[in-house]
Amino acid sequence: MIAIIDYGVGNLRSVQKAFEKVGHNAIVTSNPKEIENAKAVVLPGVGAFAKCIGNLNEYGLVDVIYKTIKAGKPFLGICLGMQLLFTEGEEFGIHKGLDIIKGRVVRFPATSSNNGPLKVPHMGWNNLIIKKDAPILSDIRNNPFVYFVHSYYCVPEDSSVMAAVTDYGLQFTSTIWKENIYATQFHPEKSQEIGLKILKRFGELS
Amino acid sequence: MLAKRIIPCLDVKDGRVVKGVSFVNLRDAGDPVEVAKVYDEQGADELVFLDITASHEKRKTIIDVVSRTAEQVFMPLTVGGGIKTLEDIRNLLKAGCDKVSINTTAVENPEFIKEASERFGSQCIVVAIDAKRAKGQGSGVKGQEYLQAPMWEVYTHGGRKPTGIDAVKWARKMEEYGAGEILLTSMDRDGTKDGYDIELTKAVSEAVTIPVIASGGAGNLEHLYDGLTKGKADAVLAASIFHYKEYTIREAKEYLRKKGVVVRL
Repeated sequence: MIAIIDYGVGNLRSVQKAFEKVGHNAIVTSNPKEIENAKAVVLPGVGAFAKCIGNLNEYGLVDVIYKTIKAGKPFLGICLGMQLLFTEGEEFGIHKGLDIIKGRVVRFPATSSNNGPLKVPHMGWNNLIIKKDAPILSDIRNNPFVYFVHSYYCVPEDSSVMAAVTDYGLQFTSTIWKENIYATQFHPEKSQEIGLKILKRFGELS
Repeated sequence: MLAKRIIPCLDVKDGRVVKGVSFVNLRDAGDPVEVAKVYDEQGADELVFLDITASHEKRKTIIDVVSRTAEQVFMPLTVGGGIKTLEDIRNLLKAGCDKVSINTTAVENPEFIKEASERFGSQCIVVAIDAKRAKGQGSGVKGQEYLQAPMWEVYTHGGRKPTGIDAVKWARKMEEYGAGEILLTSMDRDGTKDGYDIELTKAVSEAVTIPVIASGGAGNLEHLYDGLTKGKADAVLAASIFHYKEYTIREAKEYLRKKGVVVRL
């Protein structure tokens, strides 16, 4: 069973349905015991960084996230769930993240590298440029399109955790892989077949 | 590169697709889920459900449509029409909807957009603007001189109520209030198949730094191209050209790619 952490934000049903579609059982839960007993854990998320960190604390779910990661279980952060893993985020002021991946979460600049205006949020389908053969990307070839919707992006201190990058005004980290920790800035549950392949692989890791 | 998006729009009334959709091999052309599946197979980038259910009691049916669609179709879903409260938004998101599109409520109470974007994040709050050229001011009517720079007026209540608000300024204000995207419909062009109002689309696209979806008037593939290039839209929304299988989404994308537009194929 895969546990999808419910901390009062976002559209969790889509994540659950996507796992079920590819043959993995998944539950949406805010019960730390259930999360601890799961074979793999997913931290989804949309909305604002500060509110999400606040909710994780309020729901008493921070410890179980650290425990899961320490136990070596496959862990997947999606979108804001990826950003929360970082040291700090600068959305609506500087806020501490979970500090599981060293680095910061910063806003897209107003202009791109060629000085054209850059629309923010980065919304829609963009390419995944694969840098490292992360297990969850093992079925993925040819820089496929995946679905993004975000205004902030992650800047890891250690570039070796970058499994894929994406171009939007600049090149940003769109997939992370570090030991048992995986994270995607895009939404695999909204990325049609490509996304389903990624979730299928993730479910098979445990 | 970020791809330009092609978005089919379905009018849904009491849980059924209306305005007619005629695909081959479709078991039930009135079932939104069946239609969504066809567009999914054709490579649509997102889907918009416009809920035109009149009675409040039947509003629950759109929640059911969303949750049934989200079980089978793994792409972004937007719902517009009749959204009045934060609770409405929460229920739609919980059912599997990704974005909500808000028009009348935004005009009646702009603070609502602030509250909604703070609570749920800008990325899921789309402000829909129905705009019409103000009379005598660059109305675009043949033979009529432009008296001054074109100006477009915002309408609410499904295009029935003029507001006196300038559409370009309104778009800017909604961006400030936290909207993550603008769905811009030209009422002059809607249903005409004469193409998007390019001047309007360009004026709004250049006025804001959030994505703009052009809507109203698409009658052929060149119109889509013009909306994305001359109109500078980030996405184009169309209904009838796809519903009546004049073109598939794939054909539209192949056409656009040939002309140099980045699309997801």
